[in-house]
Amino acid sequence: MLVCVPVEETGDDADFGPYLAAARGHVTGTTRLRPASEATTVRAEGGEVLLSDGPYAETREVIAGVDLVEAPDLDAAIALASLHPAVLGGGAIEIRPVWK
Amino acid sequence: MAAAFRDERAQVVATLIRLTGDWDLAEECAQDAFAAALETWRRDGVPRRPGAWLTMVARNRALDRLRREAVGAAKLQEVIVMRRSEGAPEPDFADDSGIEDDRLRLVFTCCHPALALEARVALTLRTLAGLTTGEIARAFLVPEATMAQRIVRAKRKIRNAGIPFRIPPAHLLPERVTGVLAVVYLLFNEGYSATEGADLVRTGLCAEAIRLGRSLADLMPDEPEALGLLALMLLHDARSAGRTEDGELVTMEHQDRTRWDAAQIEEAEALVERALRRGRPGPYQIQAAIAACHATASTWDDTDWPQIAALYGELARVAPSPVVELNRAVAIGMAEGPAAGLARLAETEGALKDSHLLHATRAEFLRSLGREAEADAAFAQALALVANDQERRHLERRRTNRSM
Repeated sequence: MLVCVPVEETGDDADFGPYLAAARGHVTGTTRLRPASEATTVRAEGGEVLLSDGPYAETREVIAGVDLVEAPDLDAAIALASLHPAVLGGGAIEIRPVWK
Repeated sequence: MAAAFRDERAQVVATLIRLTGDWDLAEECAQDAFAAALETWRRDGVPRRPGAWLTMVARNRALDRLRREAVGAAKLQEVIVMRRSEGAPEPDFADDSGIEDDRLRLVFTCCHPALALEARVALTLRTLAGLTTGEIARAFLVPEATMAQRIVRAKRKIRNAGIPFRIPPAHLLPERVTGVLAVVYLLFNEGYSATEGADLVRTGLCAEAIRLGRSLADLMPDEPEALGLLALMLLHDARSAGRTEDGELVTMEHQDRTRWDAAQIEEAEALVERALRRGRPGPYQIQAAIAACHATASTWDDTDWPQIAALYGELARVAPSPVVELNRAVAIGMAEGPAAGLARLAETEGALKDSHLLHATRAEFLRSLGREAEADAAFAQALALVANDQERRHLERRRTNRSM
């Protein structure tokens, strides 16, 4: 499930009670992403890696997958993302830190 | 003492960021250290190594703060380890190399490509140049709250997205250096494009950019493009006094060259030569070489136009752009005559058809060839596209004053 919230919503005061009760035994993995303002989007053009601050805003493409990655820093995550076929094939990877 | 403070500030902040990982704490403790210095130095005199003194005081202050707040156990640990490893109560700071690198780490972190360009610029001015948020906001014509938010957000991203505080590894270095130089040159151009008296805050950006350029040239002595950028900015800046007369823009052709700063031009020329001797020419070095040709010519007509045309050819090869092609056409026109310039211009027109500069240049060539009606039409096209008031007035004068 892709969890979507209104842009300004932090989710800090959300009531997860009923959801968690129902989810028990069904949700096998979960992670909470840090805000989109901390995202970095990786693209490639003509063999060159292009970075931009913020989330991936294109509407012509769709989210095709999610990878959970352990990286020592953002440069390492960018290096990994720049090898991904989505980036090489004209799409993008949005790198989002997760709450720890 | 104020000058010493400014020079040391970035260094102290950078070292504190490395030690604590906390940008706000680093800036606050640096501030505290400078306040302590004001008091102590007035009483006891300036210490032999003011930078080391300030760093030590700021670091102790950070340690106290972290202890008192009892947060960030990991951070605290690191500072304690740092302190213990030095043993003596009065650390020696014998090894300056690591500390010097802190400033370079800060440069690369402020200019990291995962930050928005405007955030890189703001952070560089705030943290490296030590400008206040209010000063930066005025220079970029945005409300102070907007600028403050921009800086807060950038720091937050550095922390939470894991932008590393380091000098990039070799395989990333060339593109990151290019990115750093671009931020400094952008700052310079922001200042340079502001020529009116009311824009004094903005013209101050030129001086800041040159200061930063000097730092970069010091910090990256093996990078000829850093020298090239510094030379380029010095050359543009050296000519700035001649650029306006009574608030009106004067083109280089008509500038009073005695108002140019000869000493600064000489300094920049030496820098260009030093950079080019490395045998790795890049866009900044080539642009500086072009600017040096202009700056050292005694008159517009005496300028070495064939050399400038050749340099623009080289620039078009390493950093192609429509504007470079336009300037190349102007140089060819000066070197080989207006017909050659016009022919060259015809090859580049497509990309610049919405630029007033293209039409203004074409108008000048046509006029030189005596094709007045076509020249007038080209001036009209240029006037329809120009946005800047000073440039508009200049174009209007050129259009009507045929003998000028």
